[in-house]
Amino acid sequence: MKNSKCIEELKKEFDAYTDMYLPEGLGREEQLKMYSTMWVMRKFEEAVKPLWMANKVHGYYHPYITEEAIGTGIISQLKKEDYIGSTHRGHGHLIAKGGDINKMMAELFGKEEGYNHGRGGSMHITDMSVGMLGASGIVGAAVAPAVGSALKSWIKGTDDVTVVFFGDGGANAGSVSESMNMAAAWKLPVIFVCENNQWAIATDYTRITGEPDLYKRGIGFGIPSYRCDGFNIYQIWETAKAAIERARAGEGPTFIECKTMRMLGHHATDDSWYRDMSVCDKYWEIEPIKRMGEFMIEENIATQEELDAIEQEAIKKVEASIEYADTQCHEPSLDSFYDYIYTDGEVIK
Amino acid sequence: MSIITLRESITQALREEMSLDENVFIMGCDVGLRGNPFGITKGLMKEFGEKRVIDTPISEAAFTGLGVGAAIAGMRPLVEILYADWITLPMDNIVNTAAKTSYMFGGQANVPIVIRAPFGVGGGVAAQHSQNNENWFVHVPGLKVITPSTPYDMKGMLKSAIRDNGPVICFEHKRNYSIKGEVPDGEYLVPIGKANIRKAGTDCTIVAYSYMTYVAEEAAKELEKEGISCEVIDLRSLLPLDYDTVMESVKKTSRVVVVTEAPLRGSIAGEIVGEIIDRGFDLLDAPPQRVGSKNSPVAYNEGLEAMCTPKKEDIIAAVRKTFE
Repeated sequence: MKNSKCIEELKKEFDAYTDMYLPEGLGREEQLKMYSTMWVMRKFEEAVKPLWMANKVHGYYHPYITEEAIGTGIISQLKKEDYIGSTHRGHGHLIAKGGDINKMMAELFGKEEGYNHGRGGSMHITDMSVGMLGASGIVGAAVAPAVGSALKSWIKGTDDVTVVFFGDGGANAGSVSESMNMAAAWKLPVIFVCENNQWAIATDYTRITGEPDLYKRGIGFGIPSYRCDGFNIYQIWETAKAAIERARAGEGPTFIECKTMRMLGHHATDDSWYRDMSVCDKYWEIEPIKRMGEFMIEENIATQEELDAIEQEAIKKVEASIEYADTQCHEPSLDSFYDYIYTDGEVIK
Repeated sequence: MSIITLRESITQALREEMSLDENVFIMGCDVGLRGNPFGITKGLMKEFGEKRVIDTPISEAAFTGLGVGAAIAGMRPLVEILYADWITLPMDNIVNTAAKTSYMFGGQANVPIVIRAPFGVGGGVAAQHSQNNENWFVHVPGLKVITPSTPYDMKGMLKSAIRDNGPVICFEHKRNYSIKGEVPDGEYLVPIGKANIRKAGTDCTIVAYSYMTYVAEEAAKELEKEGISCEVIDLRSLLPLDYDTVMESVKKTSRVVVVTEAPLRGSIAGEIVGEIIDRGFDLLDAPPQRVGSKNSPVAYNEGLEAMCTPKKEDIIAAVRKTFE
C-alpha cells in the first residue's frame, strides 16, 4: 500500500492502524466477493439520502458507510444457519448475510413488499430466513437477545454461531456486560463485535468512557479479546475466522473490538455540527473499500478493470432496487392495520 | 381428579410441557438447584438437566433478553422473575423487544416466551417485594397478561401460555400458592382470554382477578345473607380481557364493582369501568364502583400493610353504594 504522507500522519492519530496483509487461507474469489459486498453496502446507503430528501424514504436511517469491512469480513464467513444480532445501523449486516436489497429498499419506502411490510423501516430491517435476529433501534438492546440465540445452540448442542454487533455507545449498556458474563460462564458460541466508531450519537466516546480500549472489557469477563483496525478487512477476516472456529468447537465467546471512525453524521440529516469534520479528511485515505482495492491491485490479486466492473455492478443492483420499490411495490392496506401485533393472525383490538 | 395446591399445579404444568416439547426450558435466579424460593421448580433440574433448568446470575435485564432471543430463534423459554417487583429490570426487553418483535418485523419472527412473576401483597415483605404491577403491561400491545387464581386455571392457562406463539406474562399471587383445588389427572388446557363466573348472582357484578377473587367471594357470601345476590367474575386474563362475559353479567345485574389489589390510581379498574360505560352505559342503574389499594408503597408493618389493600368490607361497602 502506498504510504502517503497523510497515512503517516494518520498512524499517529489512529492507534488501531495496521498494515494490509494477505491472511493464510483467504482466496481470490472470496476477496472479490467481499469487495463486491462492500460496494453494494456503500452504493445502497449513498442512494438513500437523496431518496430521503425527495420524501420517498422517511424516518431515521443510520448509514454504515466506511464501516463496511467489519460486517463483511466477519459475516461473509458464516453459514446461513448462523445468527447475527444487529444494531440500528443494520443495512450492511443484512447485505453481508445474504439479504435481498430489493426487499430492503421496499421496506425503506414503507411498502407492503418490504421485509417488514412497512412496519419496521430502516432501523428494524430484518430477514429471519437468513438468520438475522432483527435490527434494534435501542442502543445495546440487541445484545442479550442475540446471546439468547447462542444459548439455543448451546442447549441444542448444534454448532451454530451467533455474531452480535454493537457500537461504542451500546457497549456501555448494562445488559451488554451482563450478557458477556453469562456467555463466558456457559461458554456460549457467540462473538461480541464492538464496532467502535468513536461517536455515541453526538458524544465523543472518550468523554464518557473510562477505558478507551473497549476490548479490555472482554478480558474482565474471561473472554479472549482482540482489537482490530476497522478499516483493514484482512485483519478483521483473520481475527473473526479464529473466533468462529473457537465458537464452533464449543470453546466459548470471543470479543472483537473493531476500531473505526464514523465519518458521517449519526443519521441521514445529522450535519455533525458538534465535531470537527476536517479530522475525517485523512481517514478517507484509509476507508475500507479504497484500501482493499489498492491492496488487491498492488498484490496482483485483481485488475483495476475487474474492480471497476464490481463497482458498476453494485450501482446497477441498487438502481434496480430503487426502481422496484418505487414503481412495483404497494402501500400496505389500511385493513391490515392490526396485523402482526399478535401471532398466528390473532387480533386483539 | 386430585386436590393439589396452586404451587403444585404450576410444577405439573412445567413438567408436562417440558416433557412434551424439548424446546421448553426454564431460566431464572435459583430455579435449578434450589428449585425457586417457593419450591415450584424443585427437582426439575435433576429431571431435565442443567441445560433445561438454568440457574442464572442475578441479571434480570440480560437473562430475560436471552430468553427473548432464544424464543426468536425457535425455543420456548420460561423465564422466572423471582419477584414481580424486579420486572422493572428487564422492562426494555419485555416492552421494546418481546412485545414489538412480531410487529416491527412484519410477522417474520415470533417470541414464544412465558415470563412468570410472583406478585402481590402479603407477609410483611415491604415495598420492593409486594407490588401489583400487572397493570403496566396491559398498556402494551403485543403482550398477553394472565392472572389465574385457582389450581385448575393456573395449570390449564400456563400450559396454554407455553404453547402460545407470542409473549405471555403470568402473574402469580404469592398468597394463592397454598390454595388447594381440584385438578384433573389428564391433559387439559384453559384458553387465554376467557373470564370465569366464580359465583352466579342477580343484583350486582363484582369483577376481580387473582387473590382478590377470593376476597370478593367472601364479600359476596356476606351480602347474600342480607339478600344481595352478587355475581363474582374472575377475569383470569387481563390482556386479552373478556368483556363479553363482563357485559353479559352487567346486563343481568345492572350494577358493577371492579376490584384490583393494585394502587387504584391509573389501574385497570378504571379502564374496565371506562369500557363498561362505553359498551353499555344504559345498562347501568348506578355509577360503577372501583376498589383498589391505597396509593402508597406497601409497608413492612402488618397493620399498615393490611390498611393498604382492599378487604372484604371495602368490597361490601362498594356494592352497597351501588344501591344508594
